[in-house]
Amino acid sequence: MNVLCAEHLSIAFGGLRAVDAVSLEVPSGIVFSIIGPNGAGKTTLFNMISGLCTPHDGYVRLCGDDVTGLAPEQLARRGLSRTFQNLQIFPQMTVIENVMVGRHRHESTGILADLLHLPVVARQNRRTREAATEALSYVGIEAMAERPAGSLAYGNLKRLEIARALASEPTVLLLDEPAAGCNPVETAELENIIRSIIGKGVTIVLVEHDMRLVMNVSDRIHVLANGRTLAEGTAAEVRINPAVIEAYLGARATREVAGVAG
Amino acid sequence: MAEFLQFLFSGLTVGAIYALVAIGFTLIYNASDVVNFAQGEFVMLGGMTTVFLGYAGVPLPLATIFAILATTAVGFALYRLAIATAHEADAVTLIIITIGASIFIRGAAEIVFDKRFHSLPPLFSSDPIRIGGAAILPQSLVVLAGALIILLLLWGFIERTLFGKAVIATSANRIAARLVGINTQIIVGACFAAAAAIGAIAGILVTPITLTSYNVGTLLALKGFASAMLGGIGSATGAVVGGILLGLLEALAAGYVSASYKDAVAFLVILAVLFAMPQGLFGKAKVERV
Amino acid sequence: MRPVDRFRGLAQHRLFSLVPLAVVILLMPLMFTSAYYYRVAALVFIFAIAALGLNLLMGFAGQVSLGHAGFMGIGAYSVAIGPTHLGISPLPSFVLGAMVSMLVAIVVGRPILRLKGHYLAVATLGFGVLLAIAFTNEANWTGGPDGMTVRHLTLLGRPLRGAEPWYWISATTFLVGAAFALNLIESPTGRALRGIHDSEIATRMLGVDVAGKKLMIFVVAAVYASVAGSYLALLNSYITPDVSGFLRSIELVAMVVLGGMGSISGSLVGAAVLVILPQALALFHDYEHMMLGLIVMGVMIFLRRGIVPSVAAAFAQRRE
Repeated sequence: MNVLCAEHLSIAFGGLRAVDAVSLEVPSGIVFSIIGPNGAGKTTLFNMISGLCTPHDGYVRLCGDDVTGLAPEQLARRGLSRTFQNLQIFPQMTVIENVMVGRHRHESTGILADLLHLPVVARQNRRTREAATEALSYVGIEAMAERPAGSLAYGNLKRLEIARALASEPTVLLLDEPAAGCNPVETAELENIIRSIIGKGVTIVLVEHDMRLVMNVSDRIHVLANGRTLAEGTAAEVRINPAVIEAYLGARATREVAGVAG
Repeated sequence: MAEFLQFLFSGLTVGAIYALVAIGFTLIYNASDVVNFAQGEFVMLGGMTTVFLGYAGVPLPLATIFAILATTAVGFALYRLAIATAHEADAVTLIIITIGASIFIRGAAEIVFDKRFHSLPPLFSSDPIRIGGAAILPQSLVVLAGALIILLLLWGFIERTLFGKAVIATSANRIAARLVGINTQIIVGACFAAAAAIGAIAGILVTPITLTSYNVGTLLALKGFASAMLGGIGSATGAVVGGILLGLLEALAAGYVSASYKDAVAFLVILAVLFAMPQGLFGKAKVERV
Repeated sequence: MRPVDRFRGLAQHRLFSLVPLAVVILLMPLMFTSAYYYRVAALVFIFAIAALGLNLLMGFAGQVSLGHAGFMGIGAYSVAIGPTHLGISPLPSFVLGAMVSMLVAIVVGRPILRLKGHYLAVATLGFGVLLAIAFTNEANWTGGPDGMTVRHLTLLGRPLRGAEPWYWISATTFLVGAAFALNLIESPTGRALRGIHDSEIATRMLGVDVAGKKLMIFVVAAVYASVAGSYLALLNSYITPDVSGFLRSIELVAMVVLGGMGSISGSLVGAAVLVILPQALALFHDYEHMMLGLIVMGVMIFLRRGIVPSVAAAFAQRRE
């Protein structure tokens, strides 16, 4: 069954079609990557899927249900989670508190109980803290649990955002350029994290520029250029697709490559 | 009909003042992203300083010029001492700073001047002119003409001089302007000074009609802001249209609905604009990048 | 377990920080040589309650309200109007005032909290001024600009006259309010609010109903202010529309920022400074508005963190 699918998604900003009739299907349990040159519309596509902007045309389906235009919090409650290209961690809270917020949809106390700190709240806090600690150890930063999040190094902040998104126990996890700004060591660690997340049964949709990461970890790759779908297939198929090469390297380079190969 | 015309005239007059306050807001907002609550105090300072200099024996034309200069200095000081020192703080912090400044200026006025109402003699006669059964004071025409002249001068200056171009550049992108060598501190300071001067002139022009006192600034600032919001914050045309519109709405509400809730109109306008059309009549909607 | 370890365990408890405060509250009257001191202290705690509510909204949830005194006005006028015009005795009027504040907060908060930044600031300012205008104009109910008298609260058959009972009432209420706030911080709602403060988008993406949570804390803050307003009216036995005015709202913001946004004890410190200074310094009293303006500007420019967090940071640095 397809965990996520987009049908003819389109959006235009003041005359510019940022995303033009893009369709894709993401089966359960795989790593689905969306790649493309800068300005191809990848993050806009993500924003439409995660409810941050409403498509002008087309549908988004989550596990079969039409979720087009739903607000982010509604999508989150249906099992969609995402990380952000421009980190959106909570710098004023500790690392573990950041992840505890990720447990929100599994918490059940109301404001009255919270104000009075009834026993049920203490129990809830404990359970939340345990789950958060587990998520932290999943990405390898549980040692920093009590530090203020704002004091972490950039690579660890990226991992924190992933831990926080994981804590909500999503069905689908959208990762928005997780390797951006990371060195090769951090990117390799990221690869491992992604693989173990798949091992837990979570489906991952990845937007990424780091081609090595994409080629190593993706089950399917969807290529966007100028807001439109250029190609889709396995890593091997996409890598040798002439249209894809042209989009990244330009027409002249394509001819050169063809000249060399042919 | 006569009644309606009456409301129209008084609405236009006070609307012209709101427009000038709103223009001052817009000038500062465009150059520095600051919503300057002390804008109303500039109007108050213009009128009150002139009045008290007059009491001290200074001939009125001289008093006027001095009042404008003094207020301009206050505007520049506000920028230099309060805003620039705050080093690019966030929007809410800046607005609270300007509120603090307006309270400070108001408190100082309370002590330096007094708490009573004061007036100035009108430029021409005080006999109202009758048009269509309604009466309009000659001073109202002075206010309208003065507002128009100020706007034209401002427009000419911004569009036609090199300094004006620097203002436009600073408004568009402060960092880029710095990179091409524009001294943005001077530009923003000049905008504050200009806004203060405009406010002072507005205050002097309108005192013969509405009188002035140490605390007229607060409400004026709020109404000027309402006008700028209505027109679209950041748009000069919007500021003018918004001001006139607010003045008319207020006069009509006072006349046909309730005089004591006249001041509430501005706030209702603010709330209505913020909910129905936050970018105002002429403004642009903002998009947040994730 | 050794007694020392047990004490250390207790000291980690989230409410432990209230113990020193409770001790101070109990012992401070020993220094009061006249009713005047009770009165000033009562005023400090009353404003601390309102500032604490505002702090929950501004310091924790990261919103802003420049019209919060409006809710103080609702609480104040409820205990005035109830007995005088509606024949309801002060205690039920007090409860009614809190409920009216809650209702107004719900109705007004929903649309207003959709705004952000200076739009939110000005909208709340407008709301506060609108209320003040209404209180000034509806003279039949409120006595107009000159205000109206407030009947004494009768508790257990005895009328509460004078400042002393109000010292105990407001101090205890502040302790309770602070306990609620401390509870809230370490709770799911509190964490969600603190998340909203730092990144609304991320918080939404984690399933938090951000609009709903903001409204909740706005209502809580409104009730705190309403309680404080009622106490103020009953303490003074008189109320004027200034209680809900623009200057009062800005004073509340100054108290929150001065004491430290997000710091509960900061609300008390900020209230203490802004209540006691005008009383203590004659200079301050004469130049009251100028001083307030200077404080607001000074705090926002130089001491944006506030007194308590700055002092705490200085201590932490020393320890290292």
